[in-house]
Amino acid sequence: MNIPVKPLSSVPLTKADFVSDQTVRWCPGCGDYSILANVQKIMPELNIPKENIVFVSGIGCSSRFPYYMDTYGLHTLHGRAPAFATGLKVARPDLNVWLVTGDGDGLSIGGNQLLHMLRRNLDVNVLLFNNRIYGLTKGQYSPTSEQGKVTKSTPFGSPDMPLNPMLFALSAGATFIARTFDVDAKGMQEIFKEAAKHKGTSFVEIYQNCNIFNDGTFAPIYERSVREERILRLKHGEPFIFGKNRNKGIRLNGLKPEVVELGNGTNENDLLKHDQYSKDSTLANLLSSFDFPAFPVPMGVLRQVRNSIYGEIIEQQIKTQLEEKGEGKLTDLLRGTHVWTN
Amino acid sequence: MSSVKAPLQKKSELPHGTRFSSTSVLAGNDVISFPDYPAEIRAPAGTLEGVSSFDLSFSSSEIYTTADYLEVLVAMNPAALKANIKDLEKGGILILNSDSFAENDLRKAKYKENPLETGELNEYRVVQIPITKLTLKAVEETGLSHRDGARCKNFFALGVVKWLFVRPLEQTQDWIEEKFKRPEIAKANSLALQAGYNYAITVELFHARYHVPAAVLPSGEYRQITGSQALALGCVAASCRSGLSLLYASYPITPASDILHELAQYKNFGVKTIQAEDEIAAISSSIGSAFGGALAVTGTSGPGLDLKSEAIGYAVMTELPVVVLNVQRGGPSTGLPTKAEQTDLLAAMYGRHGEAPVPVLAASTPGDCFYMVLEAFRLALKYMTPVIVLSDGGLANASEPWKIPDENQLPDLTPSFHTDPENFSPYQRNQQTLARNWAIPGTPGLEHRLGGLEKDSITGEISYEPENHERMVLLRDEKIKRIKNDLPPLEVIGPGKNKLLVVSWGSVYGSVFSAIEELQAERYPVSMLHLRHLNPFQQNLAKILNNFDKILVPEMNLGQLSRLLRAEFLVDTISFSKLQGRPFLISEIRSKVLELLGSK
Ligand SMILES: Cc1ncc(C[n+]2csc(CCOP(=O)(O)OP(=O)(O)O)c2C)c(N)n1
Ligand code: SF4
Ligand SMILES: [Mg+2]
Repeated sequence: MNIPVKPLSSVPLTKADFVSDQTVRWCPGCGDYSILANVQKIMPELNIPKENIVFVSGIGCSSRFPYYMDTYGLHTLHGRAPAFATGLKVARPDLNVWLVTGDGDGLSIGGNQLLHMLRRNLDVNVLLFNNRIYGLTKGQYSPTSEQGKVTKSTPFGSPDMPLNPMLFALSAGATFIARTFDVDAKGMQEIFKEAAKHKGTSFVEIYQNCNIFNDGTFAPIYERSVREERILRLKHGEPFIFGKNRNKGIRLNGLKPEVVELGNGTNENDLLKHDQYSKDSTLANLLSSFDFPAFPVPMGVLRQVRNSIYGEIIEQQIKTQLEEKGEGKLTDLLRGTHVWTN
Repeated sequence: MSSVKAPLQKKSELPHGTRFSSTSVLAGNDVISFPDYPAEIRAPAGTLEGVSSFDLSFSSSEIYTTADYLEVLVAMNPAALKANIKDLEKGGILILNSDSFAENDLRKAKYKENPLETGELNEYRVVQIPITKLTLKAVEETGLSHRDGARCKNFFALGVVKWLFVRPLEQTQDWIEEKFKRPEIAKANSLALQAGYNYAITVELFHARYHVPAAVLPSGEYRQITGSQALALGCVAASCRSGLSLLYASYPITPASDILHELAQYKNFGVKTIQAEDEIAAISSSIGSAFGGALAVTGTSGPGLDLKSEAIGYAVMTELPVVVLNVQRGGPSTGLPTKAEQTDLLAAMYGRHGEAPVPVLAASTPGDCFYMVLEAFRLALKYMTPVIVLSDGGLANASEPWKIPDENQLPDLTPSFHTDPENFSPYQRNQQTLARNWAIPGTPGLEHRLGGLEKDSITGEISYEPENHERMVLLRDEKIKRIKNDLPPLEVIGPGKNKLLVVSWGSVYGSVFSAIEELQAERYPVSMLHLRHLNPFQQNLAKILNNFDKILVPEMNLGQLSRLLRAEFLVDTISFSKLQGRPFLISEIRSKVLELLGSK
């Protein structure tokens, strides 16, 4: 293909290099701001020339994201960002592609596209901003809203059961699933960098506060005063311990996980340990289904495994066919197998 | 005229051939048949000597002999194939019983290699059906022995052929009941017949006759080509001539799937194909690849075109080059998947919200599909726009002799990517074509964001400013209109001033051309004009239309082109519709013309 010669733009870059000249138009106080800032913060560390980075998004408040990144960007159709990204990445395996979507964009209208991108394990990084609401359309309930939620479109409470994004991704065959939240700068940066490093689809759910239409939806989980009691920070190889005093853990009772107090004969060795790289998805399933308030909410990388990558298989097939048949000649192709002269 | 040959194994099985001809007669078609079975009635089955067959032709007009070539050949085994394949026309349908192509069967027919693997059948539309297995399954409930059950397979094949030629089953079923004394045999044959018919429906076997005018072919090298192959080759040729790698994303749908099947083979041309999860994803992936600088194309048929409409509007807004191939079939909804119609013209023109003008082209013959795709890419790349190419189920599956083009005579489609960061804006335009800059990721200093929100006409940034929006709507419209200046003038077939002009588009070309040729030879005052560019129309169209007393527009829809011509040129067109999933007959065009000329 006719890609222009690329003199690498000056690497290393700084955070400022990734800030575009566009005025950010989210509501003041929106959780999207800190997500943006932390993405911009880690970008220089990836050591990728910014002309080789593309942010693709769907439609929603969150999907405005690409306009604020001084990289290439494609703000696409509601729900279809995964499909746009698929075409882009297959055509241009050399690019570093990020995908920004919302709970409505990715899990409602675009559920099918997201499902199939995860299944194919396209080599992109997905940031799903979960604010459990439709922000851009001014506050209808979303597929992650809790049942009974009262919104403009559900004055008597939403009848829908919510969808669990981690379980959705896992059953679609995701090779990297992680969760973080908008007020945890350090946690976000770590996860974003891990996601960027992973080969295949990295799926990151970010709890994001919409302070206009769903303010405080995650406060019971991550408000500073209660946070350590209500989230479980995951670290590969370490036991599931949480609590301000690190006095609570999770162990398995038969096939059922349960929360236990440490001490009184229960110690770390009785607890489940995180195995981020386990091929078997049982543990990831278990973690994904931890429901607040019965369990603390796992934050960090729930699962990371290797699998074949969609675009790479296509590249390999082309290579094999080129080796077998040689570079195609148009004239031969046009002539076909049976030619006669008139 | 259609002609079918169903080779038979034994004389006792002959009635099914006879059957088919008699139903054809009852259905109002002329039939001539030449039974052709071997002298050695007991020649061993499966050997070349043992092949018997039954030939039938049917036609809605008078016929004087069986057709010179067969359109459909049903070969129950390799021997039958070998003995009859020479009579099957190129591009004809070859139905094979895949249950009888084992090594032993091949040896009996003296095939050294399996003809299914050597490529020698590539010129035909091979349909492999496990006829024996399916027949046995179908007759299972009658409790017949394996041997007796398998003998019903000819009726299975007859069922398939009957579906292909839209023949009713009832008379054959009555006949079976009368003919076979043992009720379980009668039942089994009838079940097999129905099963074959149902099988053809389920797998969407396609057969629509496409009329290829019998013109004298200019000298040169020829090959046979179907419309689907021509579309696929056009895509590969465009890739070679543009230096861009091709990305074809599509979701399977009759009758467009063959394009995907073809292109998936051409990996050594760098062709990338994506079988997407739905049509929305297919076009979205195509547009994504165009943003990356690939040669983007997606293909579908009616229902899929509906699903793609939002994304086509997006490509209009972002001004990215993407070609949409739409192989029209009977609609609305699932409609008639295997039949041809021209009912998507207005959908292609207007089927999007907002003012979203898109160039629309239509292929007229199977071979012309190749050139229409090249033209579509030329326009898409030069004007930075999505382009819709209309074909139809008839063209897709029909084949015609095609003069092999010289690669070097094909248009040079090399695009120029923008690389200069100096004062760059993605919405700067070429002053002549109004095409915006195409800068692709990987180019330093040109980082920019595209999206479906309205853009400032100069900076390309999001703008909700009212005057700017109006300016952009007009700009996008003007850009497509200017394509007019880039198209060759139309040529009238026959006198440029005359009593009657017949205007055609798409596959209607075949019958209209044949009819007009006849009528002109008989000195009737009629001319013909064929349109391949439907949006924008060519420059001299207005002038041409004004030179005729009457304008007839035959279409396989309720007058969609006719309506466009009336709206744009204020001419009193006469619409002539046919919506039977079948092309016009030459005689239908002829009578209509004569009626309008007052000669009938
Ligand atoms: C085809 C289509 N349908 C509906 C809409 C309207 N719409 C825009 S964004 C949105 C929901 C966005 O919710 P979410 O993805 O959660 O994003 P958020 O605004 O909360 O970040 C809807 C329904 C649209 N733009 N396109
Ligand atoms: S509506 Fe909610 S999600 Fe959207 S910008 Fe405002 S605060 Fe953020
Ligand atoms: Mg949301």
